[in-house]
Amino acid sequence: MKILVAKPGLDGHDRGAKVVAQALRDAGVEVVYTGLKRTPEEVVQEAIEEDVDVIGLSILSGAHVPLARRVLEALRREGATEIEVVVGGTIPPRDVEELRRLGVARVFPMGTPLPEIVGAFTGRGEPSDPREASRP
Amino acid sequence: MRDARAHAGFPIEPVYGPADTAGVDFERDIGRPGEYPYTRGIHPRMYRDRLFTMRQYVGFGTPEETNGRFKYLMAHGQDALNVAFDLPTQLGLDSDDPRAEGEVGRVGMAIDTLADMEEAFAGIPLDRVSVSLTINGMAAPITAMYYAVAEAQGAAPERVVTTPQNDILKEFVARGTWIYPVEPSLRLVADLIEFSARRYPRSNPVSVCGYHIREAGCTTAQEMAYGLAIAAAYVELMLARGLGVDEFAPRISFNFTAWGRIFEEVAKFRAGRRLYARMMRERFGARDPRSWMFRSLIGGGGSAFTAQEPENNIVRGAYIALAAALSGAQTIALPTYDEAYTIPSPKAQLLALRTMQICAEEAGAADTVDPLGGSYYVEALTAAMERQILAELEAVERMGGIVEAVRSGALQAEVARQAYRYERQLASGEVAKVAVNCHVGGEAAEADRAMELYALDPRVVEAQVARLARVRGARDGAAAARTLARLRDAARGTGNLMEPILESVRAYATLGEICQAMKDVFGEHREPVTF
Repeated sequence: MKILVAKPGLDGHDRGAKVVAQALRDAGVEVVYTGLKRTPEEVVQEAIEEDVDVIGLSILSGAHVPLARRVLEALRREGATEIEVVVGGTIPPRDVEELRRLGVARVFPMGTPLPEIVGAFTGRGEPSDPREASRP
Repeated sequence: MRDARAHAGFPIEPVYGPADTAGVDFERDIGRPGEYPYTRGIHPRMYRDRLFTMRQYVGFGTPEETNGRFKYLMAHGQDALNVAFDLPTQLGLDSDDPRAEGEVGRVGMAIDTLADMEEAFAGIPLDRVSVSLTINGMAAPITAMYYAVAEAQGAAPERVVTTPQNDILKEFVARGTWIYPVEPSLRLVADLIEFSARRYPRSNPVSVCGYHIREAGCTTAQEMAYGLAIAAAYVELMLARGLGVDEFAPRISFNFTAWGRIFEEVAKFRAGRRLYARMMRERFGARDPRSWMFRSLIGGGGSAFTAQEPENNIVRGAYIALAAALSGAQTIALPTYDEAYTIPSPKAQLLALRTMQICAEEAGAADTVDPLGGSYYVEALTAAMERQILAELEAVERMGGIVEAVRSGALQAEVARQAYRYERQLASGEVAKVAVNCHVGGEAAEADRAMELYALDPRVVEAQVARLARVRGARDGAAAARTLARLRDAARGTGNLMEPILESVRAYATLGEICQAMKDVFGEHREPVTF
């Protein structure tokens, strides 16, 4: 399992991204972190170059819907739809469903416990029901 | 016995007594409020003479919408403003820039040209209201716009009180609105401080922030240590320009956090005040007592609030307001209980303001100076905090000093390490958070859905972009281009850039154009990516 933790758009809050990156690394997942302010297209390029299984977008500015849409579009353009996209950050309940409709595999809104996020990628720990991870 | 430990790392004893304050010398370490080293507060009678200012962070959508919210808060007794800008503005991108997609007017108000700033402060007299501008990488041009509006309103420069944040070093560590590499970014910080010290003597041209670094995950002691190190870096920058320390230091201000642990926060501020006073007097030779004073905005830490059972945040806010008042804040701002979900609703904004008003008017927190002073616990904690802050300052020195630590990313890595440590403590239950890892109830999901969510009206973006197009069409384009060419030339030299920036602002050059003119010369920061 290899994950690209990415900060698309202009949001500069990287505490969550770095915490998740460290936790996944400690759980044995191979993690690459993009750093701040990447465009969706740059994120997709890096994901392809690094040959990752999952892109984890961290977005706290509220622009998660347009940014996730552009990442998914870029993946389709590049024919890399086998790469799964998950989103974490300040995602209000009403947007969780919209992100999933766009093709986001999982959403981790604010307040999601760290072990739950790690468990989703290592198959260990909670949640037993994967839908729980996108609980609003 | 249950274990108790300060966020700064050291253990908390179950009981404190005279033996725990044996090393504290009253005259040397505590003294009287309003006197060096200001441990008890920077004014002799504190809130009896002047209550803390209540300054909520506001801004969203268009300048027109923000102007309306400003007036709403002022009508309800808020006496000063704290302006939020959207991310494109903070990063020097115009509202029609493709990189601004989805972000215009979202986390603050959009400013593209002087025309927007004129609108944002229409009907708000800038010689009577004090205004904080949460702007860093673009502090020089945004403050230039503010000064230009004040000038157009006919406000006398010596009556204009504004506090641009202008603290770029912390942006490299936390918050991330850096644009240029470290050196030219520091030059812009110094240009604004120097220009303001000479022309706008009551402005506070830098607000040194521990707040955001703490929000990014560092400890209480690190927050104070990093803030003091950053302040020292700016002082050195100004001294290198040939300014006398007392010419600018009286207007340095601070923006720090109050979080969950009341007594530790109070101890942090008491220790920080005396360390700052000693640093300014002994290390930098300041003679003016105002240069020794740690004047602080204490903002409630939003990261102390939780998404689970959000109404609990109202209670947390009340304790935080109490901690800030007991800490001797000059200004207090509180996060709103709905912040984990949304741009604050008017109701949540008003509740935060009412929380501070109740703390001040009903709870008795403003009746006497430093009410916790002399407590065995708080004095011992203040001394312990001072030792820990000094140890953290030494750690910064080992990273090569604050500027090098930021350039290399070593400081960012340490903050991320602390954030992860805290998260593991939450997961293990070592740190308690009600309704998160203890006393977890089943009603949270219902409360979540009851939240009033702010919806960004897509017409906001259209209106802002249309307005920008109108301003571009109406201005003398050739004149604007000439000012930008002069700015580019000036950036290649070493002189102060505020005058050329003001010229561009007055010619209605856009923020994006001004930012780009300097980017042509300075280039862009390359982030050391660490985690």
